[in-house]
Amino acid sequence: MWSQSSMSKPKTLLEKIWDTHVVVEREQTVVYIDLHLIHEVTSPQAFTGLKEKGLKVRRPDKTFATIDHSLPTLIDSSNSRLSFADSMAVKQIEQLISNCKEFGIELYGLDSPHQGIVHVIGPELGLTQPGYTIVCGDSHTATHGAFGALAFGIGTTEVEQVLATQCLFQKKPKNYAVNLEGKLRRGVSAKDIILALIAKIGIDGATGHVFEYRGYAIKNLSMEERMTICNMSIEAGARAGMVAPDETTFDYLYHRPLAPKGAAWKEAVSRWKRFPTDEGAIFDKEVTIDVSSLEPMITFGTNPAMAIPISARVPDPESIADSGQKSSLQQALSYMDISPGRQLLDHPIDTVFIGSCTNSRLSDLEQAAKVFKGRKVAVKTLVVPGSQSVKKEAEDAGIDLIFKEAGAEWREPGCSMCIAMNGDQVAPGKYSVSTSNRNFEGRQGKGARTFLASPLTAAAAAVTGKITDIRSLEIEIL
Amino acid sequence: MKRFEKFSSKSILLPTDNIDTDQIIPARFLKITDKSDLGKNLFADWRYSSSGELTDFVLNRSENQQRKILITGDNFGCGSSREHAPWALVGYGLRAIVSTSFADIFRNNALKNHLLLITLEPSEYSQILATISSSPETEFTVDLAEQKLSFDRDSKEYSFHFPIDQFSKRCMMEGLDELGMLLSYEKEVANFEARLPVYPL
Repeated sequence: MWSQSSMSKPKTLLEKIWDTHVVVEREQTVVYIDLHLIHEVTSPQAFTGLKEKGLKVRRPDKTFATIDHSLPTLIDSSNSRLSFADSMAVKQIEQLISNCKEFGIELYGLDSPHQGIVHVIGPELGLTQPGYTIVCGDSHTATHGAFGALAFGIGTTEVEQVLATQCLFQKKPKNYAVNLEGKLRRGVSAKDIILALIAKIGIDGATGHVFEYRGYAIKNLSMEERMTICNMSIEAGARAGMVAPDETTFDYLYHRPLAPKGAAWKEAVSRWKRFPTDEGAIFDKEVTIDVSSLEPMITFGTNPAMAIPISARVPDPESIADSGQKSSLQQALSYMDISPGRQLLDHPIDTVFIGSCTNSRLSDLEQAAKVFKGRKVAVKTLVVPGSQSVKKEAEDAGIDLIFKEAGAEWREPGCSMCIAMNGDQVAPGKYSVSTSNRNFEGRQGKGARTFLASPLTAAAAAVTGKITDIRSLEIEIL
Repeated sequence: MKRFEKFSSKSILLPTDNIDTDQIIPARFLKITDKSDLGKNLFADWRYSSSGELTDFVLNRSENQQRKILITGDNFGCGSSREHAPWALVGYGLRAIVSTSFADIFRNNALKNHLLLITLEPSEYSQILATISSSPETEFTVDLAEQKLSFDRDSKEYSFHFPIDQFSKRCMMEGLDELGMLLSYEKEVANFEARLPVYPL
């Protein structure tokens, strides 16, 4: 089943993974799941379901948990302990700890050097591997697709199903090729590519599809940059986004703690090399972006598709014919209190957040640090590393000192101000520039107004206090 | 799960496009460890201000209480995978959502909670909007067996056929438990696992 004869129909990466994971093909396909990641917010009711039915976790060895969403990022200086937002957060976390203990699941918890945002730690531990099916009760599970895995978010009922059976009923998704050609210009990054794609095809442009990012530009991006792109696939409606595994993938995984070792490594790499899409395979949909034409991107509205190049003007609802789209845009601009037709450049801001499963990895922090070096922040700025491991690497490299000297807050790892469940939030009516993935109304706190952007653009806003084109600042290497 | 029976109800109209799950149930309500009380926080940030209910929001209007059908814009349920969204909709008392399209993860989650998603063609949806705008008290009948949304107007019946995958339909019609079905494939799963490549996990 793992080899492809020369006579068979050319297949996409998605089709190869799908075909190797079908357990039963009846009225609905039963698909096997190789890796199940768990966190505190979407799992409690699933474990309760198991207990009520007297079921066990079928494969605790393929199930891994961490704590990220409701975890505080601030340590109380009076007792050196994390300051939890409220008793509900504490209860939810305690419940995950006891559920993992009861069902024999590895938990990278509060005292673990591997704790972090679920989509940051999976890859860095080497849990995420090419050709896998990966699920998690979180829509940004798409991140893991950067390794050539089929990774998608599921609801809590499905979390329970995977815990109990390691399987899910699934409908085969369609193939959507995203051809990324050309070379990025100075100051433009992976985040700008994905924002440009979402703006181009719309927030539901890929519903029912899985993206495969292809082309010269993606081949030349690092794994961390590929993760940033795959992460936001869901913001265009795609449940998953993937990149064919290549030498960059293998180099990243080699020597990761839970990646295969020795002979198993060689065997795994030769298997992984069979996954890339065959020449001549057919995609249901296709889009091409020449990334050399991109500018830094920023959102102006209340969904990630409402994004424009940083020097462009905010669209005018009066110029839109479709009544639904027109009213959405009107509502968004009213929520954001932004007038149509204006440029966002120089718009004052109140907060900057650098973090989230989209942009909290070492290279994201390094990019931001280049901007902070020798400058001071003009607004409240949170820098939240994606994991304990990222935090340690950054501190070993002295990057934390650059942030601290600039006056930014260097926090403990977690989802933090991306979802604002842990006490880190933007005040009502205030503006933030955020490296996270969603600018929905109230996402960063009730009434908060979010501009999504890259770490470079967010850092530029932090040091100027307003929306700034990173290319207008003198930065050494970009 | 109970079987999904045919029912009739007037509707609540919220015709905004791209309503995301953060609006359906804001993240601060996700700290619960059960499924209770979510209905009262459905659309919390559109429904309440710090001083209480916002009287002009559709869910707060007296005539809309007890209605079981929500008619809403394109791409309903986009965003996060939180199943708290359908839990909140069902907890509030809704049984069917009518739109021109739904986001994928929300669709899965909704159907698993027997919240019926009725996808109409844009022209059909426009007809429904026109009907409600002239007669807001129109009573709709939802018939899953026939995959039909219908209403009477000027003593004539109008009906729209809607698609649904046959597996979800059967699960809802027969009140089937998906987990029970998956567990029944134990042998097939064990066989599959036996021929998996040796994973390093």
